Amino acid sequence: MIRVQREDFDVGAELEKLSAGNPKVGGVCSFVGLVRDVAGDATVGAMTLEHYPGMTEKQLAKIEAEARERWPLEATLIIHRYGRLEPCDRIVLVAAASAHRQAAIEACSFLIDWLKTQAPFWKREETDGGTRWVEARESDDAAAARWRTDPDRAAE
Amino acid sequence: MRILYFASLRDKVGTGQEDIALPSEVGNVQALIDWLREQDETHAAALADMSMFRVAVNQEYAQLDHPVSASDEIAFFPPVTGG
Repeated sequence: MIRVQREDFDVGAELEKLSAGNPKVGGVCSFVGLVRDVAGDATVGAMTLEHYPGMTEKQLAKIEAEARERWPLEATLIIHRYGRLEPCDRIVLVAAASAHRQAAIEACSFLIDWLKTQAPFWKREETDGGTRWVEARESDDAAAARWRTDPDRAAE
Repeated sequence: MRILYFASLRDKVGTGQEDIALPSEVGNVQALIDWLREQDETHAAALADMSMFRVAVNQEYAQLDHPVSASDEIAFFPPVTGG
C-alpha cells in the first residue's frame, strides 16, 4: 500500500495492520526515516518536503510492485510525508511482511534504497545561514545500485 | 504542451508550470531541451548542465531520445532527495 500525506502516522498501528488476520506472516521488517537537526556543519531548524503529485504515487507503486516480484511478501507499506517538518518528525515509513525474516529484511532495505533515488521528493532545509535545497548524495545511488539486477547474470 | 519544474529547477526558471505551443520539429526530449534553451537566458541557464536535472514524460522517467508530443506533460527536476 502507498500513502503520500501531510499528516503524521502511527508506526505501531500501521505495522499491526500489516499482519493483522494473516497467519502466513512470520516477520515484519520496517524502516522509519526522521528529520535530523544537523546537515554537514549547519543546524537544521526545519525542512520542507516537496513532491510531484501523480508521479510520486506512480513511482512508489512501481517500487512496491518490484519488491513483491523479487521477494515472497505477504504485504508491503510505504508512507511518505510532504510539507514542513521539524527535527524528530517522522518523514517516511517502509515495511515488508513475509513468512520468513530474510525476505522481509531484504525487501525493506530495497524499498527505502530504491525510494531514495527514484521517488520524486525534494528536501529544502532551513538552516542558520538561510534555506537551501538538499543535494542528492552519491552514497544513496551506491546503496540503490546494489539492488540492480546484474544484466550478465540475469541473462543466464 | 505542459511543462512542470520542481524544486531548484523551479527556482531557476522562475515558474513551476508553463504551457507552450510545441513547434512541429521538436520530436524528442533532447530537441525540447535545445528549444527551451533558445527561448531565453533563464531557461538556458536552468537547463545548461544535463547532470543537474532529470526529465519525466507523463510522470515516467525519460531518456533524451524519448519522443514528445503536444499532449504530453513534461517535468524537469533535480536528482531526488526524499526518504
